[in-house]
Amino acid sequence: MPSTPGSEAYYNVRKDKKMTELLKVNNLVTQFKTESGLVKAVDGVTYHIDQQEIVGLVGESGCGKSVSQLSVMQLIRAPGEIAAGEVIFEGDNLLKYHANGPEMRAVRGAKIAMIFQEPMTSLNPVLTIGQQMTEMLDLHLKMNREAARDRAVELLGMVGIPGAENRIDDYPHHFSGGMRQRVMIAMGLSCNPRMLIADEPTTALDVTTQAQLLELMKDMVEKFRTSLVIVTHNLGVVARYAQRIYVMYAGRIVETSTTKEIFANPCHPYTIGLLKSIPRLDEEEGRKLIPIDGLPPNLINMPPTCAFLPRCSFRVDRCTKEPWPPLAEVSPGHYVSCYANTKEK
Amino acid sequence: MNLENATAIEGFEETAPRVSEWRRFWRVFLQRRIVIFGLVVLTLLVITAIFAEGLAPYNPYKGKMIDSLQQPSSTYLLGTDIQGRDTLSRLIFGARTALLVGFVTTIIAAVFGTILGMIAGFFSGILGMIIMRIMDALMGFPMLLLALILSAVLGGGIQNVIIALGVAMVPGYARVMNGLTLSLKENDYVLAERSMGANNWRTMLRHIFPNSLAPILVLITTQLGMVILAEASLSFLGIGIKPPGAAWGAMVNAGYKYLSTNPVLSFAPGLAIMLVVFAFQLVGDGLRDALDPRLRGLL
Repeated sequence: MPSTPGSEAYYNVRKDKKMTELLKVNNLVTQFKTESGLVKAVDGVTYHIDQQEIVGLVGESGCGKSVSQLSVMQLIRAPGEIAAGEVIFEGDNLLKYHANGPEMRAVRGAKIAMIFQEPMTSLNPVLTIGQQMTEMLDLHLKMNREAARDRAVELLGMVGIPGAENRIDDYPHHFSGGMRQRVMIAMGLSCNPRMLIADEPTTALDVTTQAQLLELMKDMVEKFRTSLVIVTHNLGVVARYAQRIYVMYAGRIVETSTTKEIFANPCHPYTIGLLKSIPRLDEEEGRKLIPIDGLPPNLINMPPTCAFLPRCSFRVDRCTKEPWPPLAEVSPGHYVSCYANTKEK
Repeated sequence: MNLENATAIEGFEETAPRVSEWRRFWRVFLQRRIVIFGLVVLTLLVITAIFAEGLAPYNPYKGKMIDSLQQPSSTYLLGTDIQGRDTLSRLIFGARTALLVGFVTTIIAAVFGTILGMIAGFFSGILGMIIMRIMDALMGFPMLLLALILSAVLGGGIQNVIIALGVAMVPGYARVMNGLTLSLKENDYVLAERSMGANNWRTMLRHIFPNSLAPILVLITTQLGMVILAEASLSFLGIGIKPPGAAWGAMVNAGYKYLSTNPVLSFAPGLAIMLVVFAFQLVGDGLRDALDPRLRGLL
């Protein structure tokens, strides 16, 4: 696998290798029953992740990014429920297993691992780093105490914790945010999972640390031959590392393609808006950043029409009359859910 | 790989000052003199209870009738009761009863209360509701009255006092633990733990329970004093430790008929009860300060 992001080969990796599908999510619907109505946080999402692929899942707060990932792991808690869909992982529909059953628990951590947004709170404050790391090794790989400890030290060294041998007995509050996220990465990869879901892994960290951690994650998943799903609201985070991108809005995927194609040729008005609102190095100076007007819709009792319509500047007559457009292929591998021809404007 | 680079940049974090949790705990705990006073009283009490046989100058159960109702003197430091038994010796053996009832009751109540509260909080839903409503009903009942009824049904004796008080104390622990569990289970690390494939029991034992240990420990310490007071009340009312067993409450009761002539008979055990309850409260207070997570890393 080419390891230099930015090079042509890095993003074309899918063309070079015929990669097999690892995860296929079909028509996933996750809803929350609240007092004011039914909230469809994830509303018919279909996507797939290939082996050893790095995929970005982009969207603003509350668009269902995290909920869709928690649904894959069956970690949705009441009042939320997975109402429909399939999660095919290595040919097995995970949703047929009981959420807390032994089959599902055998998948979590061992086959699909997850890293969360807040490194400050995702580690138990009363247990040492070592105790928490060896717990997984004991649970899934049935390692004995010494072997698990050695492995944990090795993993901590791999994620760049200096003096791992001594630091393994420290408590989480002895570590900074960046260091804790490194620990989380080491923990996530400790059982050599097939897929790592990173839910806004760098959002809570400062920009320098973000860059280091993303680089580290890329190196680590390459080394472990793991697929990586980066969930983020920051297109800049996925621009360099993701090979493919899914853009989500109001619980649905509105556009998907390779990273290059999304940045070079965005088609959905929301994606276009997102790209206009961030600065880029490869463009003329003096361009103004244009924010997307309005707010994301309230997910309770959504209208049948396109959820982006109130904020959209490309709207055509069809948009107000017909339901949310399905994803349509505009060029090979590039799918967009929009009636308007955004290229003409 | 630019790991080496990253390591070099973050390496300086190593120099952050680090205070051992254990040392910080003792420093805050022993900061206030009054807490040390409580600790000394409790230590003396425990030593007295353990070495009662060696410390007591006379047999606490058998006295000489001829020495009945003696005033304090060099022979009988705190005088004697109507049966001529040495008050000091009975006080010393009473410490044993008080501590035994106190510790065993509290441990039983804490174990059952904690487990019930944790299960109720973790699974919430119907199961949690049933457990907590039963606890509420138990709690709504005055503790002493409940203990009185139970000991009336079960009869006197030290075991039954322990059972009665234990049942009466369970709801307090269940309530505290239930609240703690409800808030702790929302933490990111519980979700992270579940995302690693841990089952419910492991999550409860490894993550919820250790995080609620501090408040439960503080509750145990303060409740110990309350249990000793309740045991004294029960034996004062004539339910509980049977004669000739030595219990402070019973001694107060036996002595108050001679309050005008031999005030020491009631005052000595009364003072002992007060001192012990006070000491437990002080130590509980000190523990609460020392275990306060908001102080972590500050002091």
